Amino acid sequence: MNQVTEPSPITMSLDGPAPEVSVTKDMIKRGLIVAPLIIAVCGFIWGMNGAYSAAYGIAIVLVNFGLAAGLVAMTARISLGLMMGAVLFGYLVRLGLILLAVLLVKDTGWISLPALGATIIVTHLGLLVWEMKYVALSLAHPGLKPTRP
Amino acid sequence: MEAFSYVAAATGLTGEEAKAAQAASSAGFAYGLAAIGPGIGIGYLVGKSVEAMARQPEAAGMVRTTMFLGIAFTEALALIGFVVFILIGL
Repeated sequence: MNQVTEPSPITMSLDGPAPEVSVTKDMIKRGLIVAPLIIAVCGFIWGMNGAYSAAYGIAIVLVNFGLAAGLVAMTARISLGLMMGAVLFGYLVRLGLILLAVLLVKDTGWISLPALGATIIVTHLGLLVWEMKYVALSLAHPGLKPTRP
Repeated sequence: MEAFSYVAAATGLTGEEAKAAQAASSAGFAYGLAAIGPGIGIGYLVGKSVEAMARQPEAAGMVRTTMFLGIAFTEALALIGFVVFILIGL
């Protein structure tokens, strides 16, 4: 009698290319493309402090994306169970790192907290929506990949 | 406002200091609450993705891509809570 054994997700590992790394590389490229615009807008609204804060906020968002992708790509090669744990604890660690990054500069003279907050939300959501357009098209019609930015 | 005067009387702070202290602690509390929902969401999302990848390894690339975007979108909720925290509490 043939017995079908399901692979255990705890021990199973995924080899091959890491799609989240290429997604993050795209988002970082696009983030660097729109960074001057965001910095200029924040500079116009909040002055030079707003421009510095916007640059800092963009750096926080891009590093956050990079850390998330690196963590998933690295742990998926070892096991899916480890990947799940790393994503969950990575979420906590990354939130802690963002908090630390803001606490380190909150009393400096060049920071504008409204500019920093607005930049973090707008950059994070904007880059995700921008990337999702390309990912959705690629998944729905693999042969019709849109040209990159 | 009455609460601030109770806190001020109990701690020896002035009314404004008590108000600032309560704003800071409320903001921290709100940030903690805002992080719970995305935490549950990410756990559920990754758990289901792992199940899908184990069941159908040939679709793992597609699942990982959508999982990663899902994690990032869910995390945006926590970031919104964080921004409210830095604007009110810091």
